[in-house]
Amino acid sequence: MNTHNGGRGRIEVRDVGVMFESRGAAVIAVDGVSLTVEPGEFVSLIGPSGCGKSTLLNIVAGFVQPTSGETLLDGKLISRPGSDRGVVFQQYSLFPWLTVRKNVEFGLKMQGVPGSKRETSARTLLGLAGLLSFENHYPDQLSGGMKQRVGIVRALATSPQVLLMDEPFGALDAQTRVVMQEILTNIWQKFRLSVLFVTHDIDESIFLSDKIFVMTARPGRIKAEIQVDLPRPRKPEMTTTPEFVELTQRLRALIREESLSAMGGELKDGGLGGFGMEVGPSGVGAVM
Amino acid sequence: MAAVIPLASSAAGAPVGAAPPPPAAADPAAATAAERARAWMWARRRRAAGSGLLWALSILGLLAFWFVCTRYRLEFYMRFTNVPTPADVLQKLVEVNHSTKFITNVWISVRRILTGFGIAILLAVPLGVLIGRYRTVRDLLMPAAEILRPIPAIAWVPMSIMLWPTNEVSIVFITFLGSFFPILLNTVHGVTTLDPVLVRAARCLGASEAQLFRAVILPGVMPQIFTGLAVGIGVAWVSLIAAEMISGQFGVGYFTWEAYSLVNYAEIALGMITIGMLGLVCSGVIRVVGNLVMPWRAHSAGGNR
Repeated sequence: MNTHNGGRGRIEVRDVGVMFESRGAAVIAVDGVSLTVEPGEFVSLIGPSGCGKSTLLNIVAGFVQPTSGETLLDGKLISRPGSDRGVVFQQYSLFPWLTVRKNVEFGLKMQGVPGSKRETSARTLLGLAGLLSFENHYPDQLSGGMKQRVGIVRALATSPQVLLMDEPFGALDAQTRVVMQEILTNIWQKFRLSVLFVTHDIDESIFLSDKIFVMTARPGRIKAEIQVDLPRPRKPEMTTTPEFVELTQRLRALIREESLSAMGGELKDGGLGGFGMEVGPSGVGAVM
Repeated sequence: MAAVIPLASSAAGAPVGAAPPPPAAADPAAATAAERARAWMWARRRRAAGSGLLWALSILGLLAFWFVCTRYRLEFYMRFTNVPTPADVLQKLVEVNHSTKFITNVWISVRRILTGFGIAILLAVPLGVLIGRYRTVRDLLMPAAEILRPIPAIAWVPMSIMLWPTNEVSIVFITFLGSFFPILLNTVHGVTTLDPVLVRAARCLGASEAQLFRAVILPGVMPQIFTGLAVGIGVAWVSLIAAEMISGQFGVGYFTWEAYSLVNYAEIALGMITIGMLGLVCSGVIRVVGNLVMPWRAHSAGGNR
């Protein structure tokens, strides 16, 4: 389901490649990746660890410059971070010296929005996240799930067109995670944002997304693009429907190949039975 | 949709100290919970009172040891024969306050500390932030700083007298030097260990480089700055007293050294105690200011065992 927010918030990644130097040799981290996030679309990037999915997100955020190719937001070249792209990080990134409300106000303050106006919008957002009664708490007084909810509404405060999320629920326990996913879909539907969501959790990506890009192990390329046509709003019960299960299996198969290759050596499906992997003389290094 | 959110706040785990308003008092389970809470608070207060008792004991113990050793003029390798008793020193304290000489000395030392330490803060904090943030500044300044740092401030006394036009300025300079490096190095360390995700978060929330300094880096390194201040004030006092003893006119260090030259035992002890008290007050002020400037630290994890 593509909701449109006036056609704003279109992310285009065009033939992006990233290299870095490791022990005097050039390593290709991301190779020729192209993808598009349509306005209002929820898109997940999934792949084995080290496949460059976070690097891609950091490029769209403007933290990292690609070695080749380009990324555009609504046709404009992305060259540095900006408040038109909200970012939610995997680690807790709230400013510990600011109260919850002041954290949410931070972006508006940087833009020079006057105090009373900042306070009103911060309180509205905190109400939406069910955290209004914690507005004067410091981040250290909150649980992990609460911190990430503050992180999400802080990223929304400057009214960005897109939200970039880098495994935002990775540090949370399974129960909290599921609730956070529901909260996120609610917020997303309310704000009609484009979302680029990095995860390695298959269920999470299906539950949240309109479209999922599966990446290969390093060098990271797009292996498959999968459309998720489950109805909205998504409910936790849906995770047991045949459609959901089928998607899960498809994705699991795709990612398994890549995980085996990412783990190094000559791990092959079927060869794992008697721990019968053959690690050649060039071993791990050859694949890494 | 909205129904999901309130559910979330309980599922995400209620944090400590965020108890919801108590339900009807008639509920017996709630009553016992309230009783338990009260009992717990009492236990906490008792522990705090016990702590205060130990502090008093610690100070009284020191005084008692001093009193016993001097009252009975103990001699066992160490000789307490000439050491004044607490009463002698107390009497001296009354005596020196007949004129303004003593209090003027104290004031002069305090003024030197405030000037030297103040200049050290004003220079070391901005410099430390720049060194920590910019590689070029670090490469340019740190080698020189590393060479000057190991030289104790006291070793600067002769050089300082040559460098500066008056004795007064050279003593302030020594005090400054003593506190400068602890503050500088702690600030640098604070900036370099600041969580980079906070800088990134600020960047994508639209912070400019100047805003980054004021809104993220400065508050982020505040804990390390205050560690630097706490260490720095101690070294500043050490340096000041030494400088006053060597080259001084006026000041508590000079007062103490002069008492030694004049064989005035009670004044030696009085000078020492005054120095200790002034140091204590300075550290206390820094701790109080630190708590006021960093209210979020009161809620951080950890604390007393």
